[in-house]
Amino acid sequence: MHAVNGVDFDVARGESLAIVGESGSGKTVAAMALVGLVPSPPARIRGERAVLNGLNLLALDERKLSEIRGSRIGFVFQDPLSALNPVLTIGRQISEVIERHLNIKGGEAKRRAVDWLVRVGIADSQGVADSFPHQLSGGMRQRAMIAMGLAGEPELLIADEPTTALDVTVQAQIVDLMLQLRDDLGMALVWISHDLGVVAGLADRVAVMYAGRIVESGSVQDLYGRPAHPYTRGLISSVPDLRTERLSRLATIPGGTPDPMALPPGCAYFPRCGISERECDARVPVMARISSSHWIACTPAANGIVAAEGQGDE
Amino acid sequence: MNRRGTALLEVSDLKVQFAPRGSGLWSDKKGVVRAVDGVSLTLQRGETLGLVGESGCGKSTLGRAILGLVGAASGSVWFDGHEITAMSNREMRRIRPRIQLVFQDAGAALNPRWCARDLVAEPFKIHLSLEGAVLQQRVDAIFETVGLDPALGKRFPRELSGGQRQRVGIARALASEPDLLVCDEPTSALDLSIQAQIVNLLQDLQDQLGLSYLFIAHDLGVVRQISDRVAVMYLGKIVETASRDRIFKEGRHPYTQALLSAVPVADPEHANTRGWKAMTGEVPSPSSPPLGCNFCTRCGSKAEVENRLNIDCDMIEPELISVEELHEVSCHLFPAN
Ligand SMILES: Nc1ncnc2c1ncn2[C@@H]1O[C@H](COP(=O)(O)OP(=O)(O)OP(=O)(O)O)[C@@H](O)[C@H]1O
Ligand SMILES: Nc1ncnc2c1ncn2[C@@H]1O[C@H](COP(=O)(O)OP(=O)(O)OP(=O)(O)O)[C@@H](O)[C@H]1O
Ligand SMILES: [Mg+2]
Ligand SMILES: [Mg+2]
Repeated sequence: MHAVNGVDFDVARGESLAIVGESGSGKTVAAMALVGLVPSPPARIRGERAVLNGLNLLALDERKLSEIRGSRIGFVFQDPLSALNPVLTIGRQISEVIERHLNIKGGEAKRRAVDWLVRVGIADSQGVADSFPHQLSGGMRQRAMIAMGLAGEPELLIADEPTTALDVTVQAQIVDLMLQLRDDLGMALVWISHDLGVVAGLADRVAVMYAGRIVESGSVQDLYGRPAHPYTRGLISSVPDLRTERLSRLATIPGGTPDPMALPPGCAYFPRCGISERECDARVPVMARISSSHWIACTPAANGIVAAEGQGDE
Repeated sequence: MNRRGTALLEVSDLKVQFAPRGSGLWSDKKGVVRAVDGVSLTLQRGETLGLVGESGCGKSTLGRAILGLVGAASGSVWFDGHEITAMSNREMRRIRPRIQLVFQDAGAALNPRWCARDLVAEPFKIHLSLEGAVLQQRVDAIFETVGLDPALGKRFPRELSGGQRQRVGIARALASEPDLLVCDEPTSALDLSIQAQIVNLLQDLQDQLGLSYLFIAHDLGVVRQISDRVAVMYLGKIVETASRDRIFKEGRHPYTQALLSAVPVADPEHANTRGWKAMTGEVPSPSSPPLGCNFCTRCGSKAEVENRLNIDCDMIEPELISVEELHEVSCHLFPAN
């Protein structure tokens, strides 16, 4: 089974890339495979390369990789309660990252650990540093996890659904902190999320995943202003808007997520698609460029756009 | 031990406290953590109460106390005429199938050694004593209702995606056919389409079976979709409660307003990342809450209250009082009607 198939993306220093997509589409697996966190076996990872500043991550052994994780790449896991160590205090877990990767010891490491908790908006940061994960609320654990991901001052932060347990004011504060680190320190950010509101305020570029593949990618303006893939269009139009009246029933995209064990031979979105043509079911569409920054993997949509532009030129 | 009116759930002046934080290694020992600090609420049959509030304000603890999973320091919880807060373990076991919880940390709440199918089958076996072909049919049906591919049944929790695990949790909670479902962030790991599917499902079940929901969520769009009434919590207390439409159109408490103004907008041209700046000042801790109003350290209306009404928010705690029919607010700005 291919949980993730032929995924290609890049993110520059000081840039933020958001990955959005359906539950089970492979966002977490793609991000984890990048930093060698998918156990193989059973998984098999084949990729040409995953390059961090000239260094091919897929060619490194586990020891080298684990050095890089935490120091050069920070990771915020989707499920904090399973990712945090239940028998160590929060402060200890954060200060360990600092001691290990920044070579700062003792009192200074502790001071910095508490400082990170303050920056992620945690009240009583010393008391929380001294607590075990189960003594915190869901959102406090999630912020502790973010603090751990940032504590090694990584060049790249990969954050997997990092604000799902946060209320909107705390969430805005975290987004603000991320933008600040991106702009001031040049941190690159890969942000996995299904919250299109947060992504709109945070991302420079967006990649949309469907059934293990990226089906559209472009600047944040491209994606929200001119969504081109039928899946992305469905996604964007289904965002409920608090400013408008409440709907009697929420809209769903008809059909279900395809079974990754039995993907159709062609486009995986074919069974649910409104604009499909016959050959869509036969061949997997390739990524086509529809503007300088905007790519889609949908043959009819790409052809339609090219044809429309051709007419415009005449 | 029967009394009380028709409400399915009645919580009165409930307080839940935890031992002081920390071992003293990082902090000086402080006061107890007042996670839930005098909450009262009622829930009718077939009603949905949305519960929103700041991260760490005590929502999950309140939900757990309703199920008897954490003990109350004082106050009471009544469910269908039975006092949960005074029940023996045996009585509790009898009533437990009728109150179910969808856990906030879906992954950690599932036994890692059981596959998805066995996890979902368990409540059918225990609470409804189903077995054989009937059991298998019911399990298949509920996989379908929560939008899980039956092929995922053989997977263990760690082999599922975040949203798939969350749906296993929802299926388990629904399986014992409860009267009351406490949903703690049930759709936070789900994309919009599946989120809509779950919300629609909960509404259908409510129409068919008269289920009641306490629906805890940070996503105000979902809360607005599903709730009949909404309660807003801040630092262990309910600060405002009203019908859904009133909260979203005429929410009055300064914290409610800060919350509504910080909702992110799915439009990069109008992205709202600064909404939190509506609240400045120190974030208080539940182990040393302010003397007066809990929100006074961050409230934008404090100066107005002090100048115009001459009330010292730091010292005098406002009560939760009715300002309109079925609309209660605890803020000195809004005196009783
Ligand atoms: N260890 C594993 N073994 C087998 N299958 C797995 C494993 N981990 C993930 N999968 C499967 O791979 C697919 C992609 O999973 P992934 O966790 O990447 O999804 P996701 O896009 O992050 O979804 P979500 O938004 O729900 O978190 C899913 O169908 C999932 O069931
Ligand atoms: N088992 C525990 N031991 C000690 N303190 C606890 C325990 N569980 C919760 N707390 C504390 O009680 C307070 C309320 O936590 P709770 O989980 O109820 O918050 P919440 O409103 O659900 O927040 P979130 O939205 O982040 O999930 C927090 O300060 C938390 O640290
Ligand atoms: Mg995931
Ligand atoms: Mg909670």
